[in-house]
Amino acid sequence: MSQPALLLAFDIVLLTTLLALALAAVLSPEPRRAVMLFIAFGLWLSLVWARLHAPDVALAEAAIGAGLGGALMLAAARRAARAAQRGTARRADDGAR
Amino acid sequence: MTAQFLYGGAGLILFVLGLWSFLVHAPLLRKLIALNIMGGGVFHVLIAVAYRGDGVTPDPVPHALVLTGIVVAVSATALALVLGARLQDEQRQG
Amino acid sequence: MTEPADWARSDRARERARDLSLLLAVLLALLGVVLLAVYFLALNGGAAPRLAELALARVPQSGVGNPVTAVLVNYRAYDTLVELAVLLAAVLGIWSQRPAPPGFQRSSAVLAGMVSWVVPLLIVTSGYMLWVGGYAPGGAFQAGALLGAAGVIVRLAGDPTAGLPGEAVQRWLLVLGVLMFALVGLALMLLGAGFLTYPPKLAKWLILLIESAATIAIGTALAAAYVGGRPSAKGQGPSAGEASAAPSSSSLGPRP
Repeated sequence: MSQPALLLAFDIVLLTTLLALALAAVLSPEPRRAVMLFIAFGLWLSLVWARLHAPDVALAEAAIGAGLGGALMLAAARRAARAAQRGTARRADDGAR
Repeated sequence: MTAQFLYGGAGLILFVLGLWSFLVHAPLLRKLIALNIMGGGVFHVLIAVAYRGDGVTPDPVPHALVLTGIVVAVSATALALVLGARLQDEQRQG
Repeated sequence: MTEPADWARSDRARERARDLSLLLAVLLALLGVVLLAVYFLALNGGAAPRLAELALARVPQSGVGNPVTAVLVNYRAYDTLVELAVLLAAVLGIWSQRPAPPGFQRSSAVLAGMVSWVVPLLIVTSGYMLWVGGYAPGGAFQAGALLGAAGVIVRLAGDPTAGLPGEAVQRWLLVLGVLMFALVGLALMLLGAGFLTYPPKLAKWLILLIESAATIAIGTALAAAYVGGRPSAKGQGPSAGEASAAPSSSSLGPRP
């Protein structure tokens, strides 16, 4: 295979994985899993941007978008999971009564 | 040109995907993830437009815009999460 | 008696929600096709004049070697100034909502040992990132993000303040970026240049000054955003120690 064709194949693999990660993050109903997938999406996005000769932006996305944004959302997902647990516990109580 | 179209097109698809999820899913966290994916799509289009082929220095202006955008997006996300937590607490008490 | 009716209603509601989401998916797919077509046409429309040539040609006069840093802190300095103000506004919004929730439990010796290695490393890397931003990928945002990440790690290891100083000092650190930017701009105005129009001789040092202040402000703001509330002084309001047993549920404390 010639070099442009190889590069095109590489581009297509990069983009397919990116879209698949985004789709998985959007479709996952479980908050913690969704956040994990979102972090993976952000890191992959920064990889794609490095391929597009944007290393400054790739660094910022990896550190701020995926890293700090992910940390913030993980804390929120933990809270959401705990609230959901409390909710089901309460519903079970109501059912028993 | 092909690469520019492929990458920009992927950004547009990400934008639409995020918009759909934002409209369809109710929980705040899922809405925020959708919003961030929408933003990621917009940034992606800008980066693809700035890309001018290998061996050519890319356009630095969209890069600077995206850098600014990333920080603003994360600060908006942080504020939205705190507002959501506050709302949850109020609902539990009231 | 009411249960079957409830079930039927929720079934119907769920069906309606599914229909709606399908309808939206179709509509948005159409929107996506239109966007793709417009993008394709715009790409094929030939090369419009771009800012890139102008921006790249002026880099030697901007005082830094990295074109992205030049755009951020020199040509489009207003953007960055206002962006720092947005970050500050977000932290103010977070502080106005609630006091800081209590931290996590103290880390074990292994994690604490790792943290005592990683955090200084992050701070040193942040300084490197700030300096290297002058001529290579890097700069104030990436450096600030590393500082913020150090704060997140410290908080995860059990320090509820994320290693940030008290509220009074924190306020100064938060406004430092905007303040330094505005002061440099106003000083330049007094000297006869325009607001934030750096004279080429001084540009390098002014940019370094602004970027250092911005790094500290961004790092503080990101760490404060992760703390997620106003750092209440000891003995006032619900503090970290009070609610250690049931973290988030009692973080708001008793309400009148």
